[in-house]
Amino acid sequence: MNLILFSALWGVVMMFSGLFISNKSTARTIALTGAFLLLAANLLEMNGYSVINHDFKGMLQFERFNMLFLTVACGSLIIYFLLSSKEIEAVGNHVYEYFALIFFIMCGIGLVALFNNLLILFIGIEIISIPLYILTGSDKRNLKSNEAALKYFLMGAFSTGILLLGIAFLYGATGSFQVEKMGLPANDQLRIFLAIGIVFVMIALAFKVSAAPFHFWTPDVYDGAPTVFTSFMATIVKAALFVGFLTLFYNAFSNNYEDWKLSVALITALTLFIGNITAVFQQSVKRMLAYSSIAQAGFMMFTVFAINDMAKQGMLLYAAAYCLATIGIFSVLIKMKDYTFDGFNGFAKKQPLLAFVLTVCLFSLAGVPLTAGFFAKYFVLAAAVKTGTYLWLVIFAVLMAAISVYYYFRIVQAMYFKEGEGQDIETTPLFRIVMIAIAALIILLGVLPTALLNWLTLY
Amino acid sequence: MIALLLILVPLMGGVASFFLKGEKGVKTFALLVAIVNFLVMIAALTSGNESAINFHSDWLPLLGSSFALKMDGMSKILCLLAALTYPVIFIATANNEYKSPNSFYGLMLLAQAGILGVFLAADGLLFYFFWELALIPVYFLCSKWGGERRIAVTFKFFIYTFLGSLLMLVGLLCVYYQTPDGSFSMQSLYDVKLTTAQQSWLFWLFFIAFAVKMPVFPFHTWQPDTYEESPTAVTMVLSALMVKMGLFAVVRWLIPLFPAAAIQFDNVVIGLSVIGMVYASILAMQQDDLKRLIAYSSIAHIGLMSAALFVNNESGLQGAMIQFFSHGVNVLGMWIVADLIEQQFGTRKMSELGGLAQKAPTLAILLVIVALANVALPLTNAFVGEFLMFNGLFKFNVWYAVVGGLSIILSAVYTLRMIQKVFYGESSAVTANATDIGMMAKIALSVIAVAIFMMGVFPKPVFALVNDTVTAMLGIYK
Repeated sequence: MNLILFSALWGVVMMFSGLFISNKSTARTIALTGAFLLLAANLLEMNGYSVINHDFKGMLQFERFNMLFLTVACGSLIIYFLLSSKEIEAVGNHVYEYFALIFFIMCGIGLVALFNNLLILFIGIEIISIPLYILTGSDKRNLKSNEAALKYFLMGAFSTGILLLGIAFLYGATGSFQVEKMGLPANDQLRIFLAIGIVFVMIALAFKVSAAPFHFWTPDVYDGAPTVFTSFMATIVKAALFVGFLTLFYNAFSNNYEDWKLSVALITALTLFIGNITAVFQQSVKRMLAYSSIAQAGFMMFTVFAINDMAKQGMLLYAAAYCLATIGIFSVLIKMKDYTFDGFNGFAKKQPLLAFVLTVCLFSLAGVPLTAGFFAKYFVLAAAVKTGTYLWLVIFAVLMAAISVYYYFRIVQAMYFKEGEGQDIETTPLFRIVMIAIAALIILLGVLPTALLNWLTLY
Repeated sequence: MIALLLILVPLMGGVASFFLKGEKGVKTFALLVAIVNFLVMIAALTSGNESAINFHSDWLPLLGSSFALKMDGMSKILCLLAALTYPVIFIATANNEYKSPNSFYGLMLLAQAGILGVFLAADGLLFYFFWELALIPVYFLCSKWGGERRIAVTFKFFIYTFLGSLLMLVGLLCVYYQTPDGSFSMQSLYDVKLTTAQQSWLFWLFFIAFAVKMPVFPFHTWQPDTYEESPTAVTMVLSALMVKMGLFAVVRWLIPLFPAAAIQFDNVVIGLSVIGMVYASILAMQQDDLKRLIAYSSIAHIGLMSAALFVNNESGLQGAMIQFFSHGVNVLGMWIVADLIEQQFGTRKMSELGGLAQKAPTLAILLVIVALANVALPLTNAFVGEFLMFNGLFKFNVWYAVVGGLSIILSAVYTLRMIQKVFYGESSAVTANATDIGMMAKIALSVIAVAIFMMGVFPKPVFALVNDTVTAMLGIYK
C-alpha cells in the first residue's frame, strides 16, 4: 500500500516541480530520490510498517510474493533511472512530465500486483496503459513514434474492452468482483459464463503481456517508442502485468485449472515459437529485443501454465533476471547511433568493460548457467514439469531456448570476434559502476537464486 | 576437500590470468597453475582417506541440491588425465603466439575447472552446471583464436551441445521429481525406480546430450569442423578431455539411471557406434589435412569406447575405462605433432609435406611411437584397452566385433599413410629447410611416449584404480 500511495504522490510532486523549477537536470535528482523512497516504503511495509492502516474490504491483498515483486520492480526502477535518466531528458521538453508519468505507472503496477478484486485489476491496468500511450508518442516530431502511439492506443483500448467484457461475464457467473469468489459459479447453468469470462480475461491479459497470437502490436510499438521508454515498458511493466496475470489465475481460477490449461499451453507454445523464430531474422538490435521480449514472455507464460509455488518463485526470478539484463542492454543501446548488429562490431576492443557486462546480460537472457537467467528458466520449466502433464511443451520450450542462443550470441560475436571500429559511446563513472553492479547481481542470482527467494519466507 | 581444491586451483588461476600483463608472465603463470593442479591430483591419488578427498556443502537446499564432489576410480583416472594434459599442452604450445594471451590462458584454465567439475560432481544439478561451464570458455577460445571459418563452426558446435544439454536438463527434472526426498544427490537419483516405459524415453533425452559431446554417429557433424578451426591447444582440450565428458556421463548418469533402457537399446547404441567407427575410418583415409585426419580417427576410437560401455560385461567396461586415459594421451600426442608441423611449415596439408624424417629425426621417432599407439600395436597403451573392448564386443555379439574390427585395419592404413606422406619420400618445397623440434616439444612428447609405454607394459595400477567403478556398474545391470 505504501508504494501505491507514494508513487501517486511523487507523480504529483514531479508534475508540480516542473512548474517551479526550470532546470531540466534537477528532474533526474528528484525522480531518483522518489525511486529510492518507493523502495524504502515498500521494504518498510514488508517488515510490517504501513503508513495507513485502512480497511480495504478485501480489495487488496498483501501476499509476500506480490510484495517481494514490488521490491524487485522498485530496485529495477532505481537501476533504470541511474542508467537512463539522462536519455529521458533528451526525449523532449516535458521532462518532469515524463518522470511523473513513470511514477503514475508505478502506482498502476502497485495496484496490479496487489489487487484482490477485479475492479482494482482493471483500474491498475488502465493506470499503467494510459501513461504508456503518452510515453510511446512522446517523441512528437518522429512519425514512427506517433504511429506507434496511435497503434498502441487503439489496440490497447480494444483489449481493455475485452477485459471489461470478461470481468462482466465473471460478475454474471459469480455475482462478485472478489478474486476468491471466482471459482464458484452460483449454479451449474452459469458455468458457461464463467468459462467465457475466463477466456476473455485471458485474451485481454495475453494482449497486455504481448503473448501470441495477440502480440502484433509489440514490435511496432517497441520499435517506434523512444528507446529509453521501450526499455521501461519491455521490462518492469511487462513483468508487473505478468505478476497480475499469474496472481489472478493462481488465486481465482485454480479450481477450473483443467478447463483453461490447454489454452494457456497453446498460447505459451505459440508465443515461444513466434517470438524466437521471428527474432532470428531481425537486422536491428532494437527490433530483435522486441521479439526477444515476446520470446521471454513465452517462458513467463509457463508460470501461468503451472500455477504452483515453484511458478511463483520462478516468476520472481524471471522478473529480476529479465529486468536486469534487458535494462542493461537497452541502456547501452540507447547510447549507440547504429542499432544494427554490425554496429556492435569490435565493441569489445573499444569498451571491454561494457562488452563484458553486455555478454553477461545476453547470456542471462539466453539462460546460460552461472547467470540469473538460467535459474529463472530452470524454475519456470521445473514448475511445468512438476505439474506432470504436457511434457511436450517443456521440450518444445527447450528447443526454442536453443534457437534464442542464435540471436543473442550474434551480438556477442559481433562484439568480440568480428573486426570493426567499435562505436564510441560516452559513459560516466556512475554508469560503469551500475553496469558492473548489474553483472554482479546477475551472476550472484545465477549462483545463489536463494539470495532473492529466501525473502519469500523470511520473517 | 582435495576435490574442491582441484577445481579451485584452475578457477582462481584462470580468473587471475585475465588481470596479468605480458605474454611471458602469463604463460609461466598458467603453466605453474597447471603443475600445481597436477600435484594436487597426485595428492588425491596417494591419499587413501576418502573423507579427505570428497567434499560436501549445502548449495541450494530449496531445490534439494548440494555442492557435493566425489571421486571414485573412474573420476580419478579422468581427473588425472585432465591434470596431466594441461601442463603438457602448455609446454608443447609454449612457442605459439596468441593475441591477448592473458584472456587465452585464463579461458583455458577456466575450461579445465569446468571439466574437472564434471568429473567430480556427485549432484545432478551441479553436474549440469559444470557441464555447461566447461563449454562456455571453449566457445570463446574457438571463436576468438580459431581459423577462418571459426565463428560459424563454433556456433554450430555451441548450439548443438547447448540443445543437447537442455534436453538432458528436462530429463534430469523428470527423474528428480520421482525422488522420494526431492534431492538431486547422486544416490537419490540412482535410487529412483522408474518403469521401463519411463526409462525408454528419458534415456534418449540424456543420451542425445552425451552423444553430441562424444560424438557418436550421426551427431558428429560438428566435430571435424570444430577441431580443424580451433587453435590447436584448444583442439587438444576438446579431443583429449571434452569428449571424455560424454563417455564419462554415460557411465556416471545414463546407465545407472536407466539400466533397463540401456539394455533395451544396447543394439541401437552399439550399432550406431560401430557404424561411426567404420564410417569415420573411411573418411579419415580420404583426408589431406592433418587435423581433419586426426579428428576422424578420434571419432572412430570414441565409437569403440561408446560401444564398449554398453556391452554389459567386465572386459568391455574395463577396456573402456583404461582407454579413456590412453586415448586422451595418444590423441594429445597426435595433436602436438600436428601443431609442431603447422607452426613450422604453415601448412597442414600432407600433400605439401614430405621427407621430414631426415631433417627432424627426433620428431619422427616420437611421432612413430604416438602413431603406433594410435593403431593400438601391442606394447602400447591403446592395445590393452582396445583388446579388452573388442573382447567385450565379441562376447556381446560376434558380428559387431567383426565389423568394428575393420576400423583397426583401416586405422593402420590411414595412420601409416600419414607417416609415410609426412616423414618419408622426397622433401617438398616447404620442408626443404626443416629443423628438428625444440626442447619444450621434446619434453612434452617424451612425457607422452613414457605414458604410452608404461601403460602398455604395466597396466595393472590403472585396472586397480577403476576396479570399483567397473564392479559398481556390473552390479547395476544385475
